[in-house]
Amino acid sequence: MQKREKENKQSNTNGQAAAVKRPKFNKDKFRKFMLGTKERQGFLKVFCIYALLICIGFIYLNPILHMISRSFMSLNDLLDSSVNWIPSAIDLSNYAQAAKSMDFWRSLGMSIIIAGVPTICNLISCAVIGYGLARFEFPGRNVVIGIILFTFILPTQITMISTYLLYTNMGIIGTLWAFVLPSLLGMGINAPIFILIFWQFFRQVPKVLIEAAQIDGAGYLKSFFKISLPSAAPAIITVSLFSFVWYWNESYLTELYVSGVKVKTGWTSLVIQLDNFATNYNSYAQTATGGATRLNESINMAGTMLSVLPLMLMYFILQRYFVESIDRTGITGE
Amino acid sequence: MSKKLSKEEKKNRKKVKPGRLAKREAMVGIAFISPWIIGALMFLVYPLAMSFWYSLNNIRITPLGQFFNYVGIGNFTQILMVDTEFPLELADYVISTIVSVPVIVVFALMIAIMLNQDIKGRGVFRLIFFLPVIIVSGPILGMLNAEGAGSVTAIDIQAITNAVEETLPKSIAEPISDLFENMITILWYSGVQILIFLSSLQKIDRSMYEAAKIDGGSGWECFWKITLPTIKPMILLNCVYTIVYISNNDQNAIIELIKNSMFSGTKEKGYGYASAIAWLYSFVVLLIVGLFALAFIAKKDVYAKQVKKAKKAHKKELREIKRVGRRSARHAKKREREQAKQH
Repeated sequence: MQKREKENKQSNTNGQAAAVKRPKFNKDKFRKFMLGTKERQGFLKVFCIYALLICIGFIYLNPILHMISRSFMSLNDLLDSSVNWIPSAIDLSNYAQAAKSMDFWRSLGMSIIIAGVPTICNLISCAVIGYGLARFEFPGRNVVIGIILFTFILPTQITMISTYLLYTNMGIIGTLWAFVLPSLLGMGINAPIFILIFWQFFRQVPKVLIEAAQIDGAGYLKSFFKISLPSAAPAIITVSLFSFVWYWNESYLTELYVSGVKVKTGWTSLVIQLDNFATNYNSYAQTATGGATRLNESINMAGTMLSVLPLMLMYFILQRYFVESIDRTGITGE
Repeated sequence: MSKKLSKEEKKNRKKVKPGRLAKREAMVGIAFISPWIIGALMFLVYPLAMSFWYSLNNIRITPLGQFFNYVGIGNFTQILMVDTEFPLELADYVISTIVSVPVIVVFALMIAIMLNQDIKGRGVFRLIFFLPVIIVSGPILGMLNAEGAGSVTAIDIQAITNAVEETLPKSIAEPISDLFENMITILWYSGVQILIFLSSLQKIDRSMYEAAKIDGGSGWECFWKITLPTIKPMILLNCVYTIVYISNNDQNAIIELIKNSMFSGTKEKGYGYASAIAWLYSFVVLLIVGLFALAFIAKKDVYAKQVKKAKKAHKKELREIKRVGRRSARHAKKREREQAKQH
């Protein structure tokens, strides 16, 4: 109490002084401006937050900026230590060479197929399964949900080897079926997450709506397609975007199941081409230029840039759906 | 329809055998998830059983077919006792996971809290912090690291690691200096976590903070007493997500090891050996997830605990009072009897 009284006195005297003299530099006001009041945030705090965010944002983007700037540099710029960030002249030949050695257009097309077809299958199967879990009561439903959660935590490596042998025995190794079949049966890459997203969504559809449709004579399938599915548009967008991105970026399983580890099948993708970039480039350089050009950092970065570019474009065009997706999935509990 | 409704009502009133509608609904439900059931049998149960069987065998693939040779726990002893590769990698993996998971989660929480303040350009920052989730993949990360783009050129990391290594003992210093060297990789893994934290922070009721402020709570107190308890389940979720992500990542050395031993031509390695590694690895991953879950599992909240405690104390008091009452009654009777005897 004593302290508060003292403070009051102080502020009183301060106020009197301000009223009498009206100095240009008001200490109290300045303090309020810097540290903030209950209503307004202080300048110091806001400044700190912005500074931190910008610094961390820069560190985040550092590799990407580095990649972009390096990919435009010519060999002279690379060797010149005075050139750090901005290349002296924009050199596009790196991109041309990287694209040729990666067989860019063919790989791009195959990447789209490898990521796109399983995504559609994932979408269909996960929507159906999620609807089944959300709408109907049946014995063992909680067990099913428990197993789905468990499969999310379980490392894929444990089933990978026997699945590989299973595909070999079925004769679908090295074909797209090795990706399509599991995703049609709700066992694709990260399918547990997608099933849970759909489950969350369909649970929010009011049951009264479906009952009303049933009274009007709609069957189970009709009420699924006509009522539940249209209202789950955000979930459909989220699932298809993420499924596409994850299949696109999956190099390990793609190499194992589709494109082949030792013996190459016809399938390839941009990410796999990047994984074997050095060998690809060397074989290209020997046939095309007789081994005259050597692989350097700029070409490496140009290749990396090329394999990232399609996804980056997609991200910046559809960024709203990506960033809001987490909110929409209801993973944070509604 | 009215018949059906009445039946459902009946079912709700008292638990009897499920009616016809309920039965049919259950059948349709099972029909809807039947793809998953087939998938689980085909791609979960069967592979799990087979890979366990493989791990007990030495498998050799020849053009004539697959030859199984039962070796019991031979593969496991080979991995753990003879070959040094896996135990070393596993120790590295466990230490780096246990160190980096809290770092990633705490970092994500910090960023989310900063973004949750009243600032301009939140959308832009969200865009930046989520970008790595889209483009990160094994080969791309490997390429960036190989070309030195994975470390921050502006900060002299060597100086930090040197300082850490000089002041701390080696076993503690190594993971910490690793942390600094792979700073960007760690930051890049936290995109999804930031968004999860951010959206859960935005769902906290504002009026709670206002009430706390009226009662004189500082921002610091609000964080510990309101924010943290509310988002505790999200912390667990993010921990689990991070562990799963790190363990299934292409950059993980153990995954590479499994693949290499799968296709290596040596006599003792092969599919059986790789399956054994996969089983051991999965066991360790589940163990780590369990460890974190145990640390964060939702305990009963403090208020409920206190209420329970108070109730217990109250009951004890009641019992005590009863006991005292009985005792005094007994004493009174005794005294009466004694007095009666005396008389």
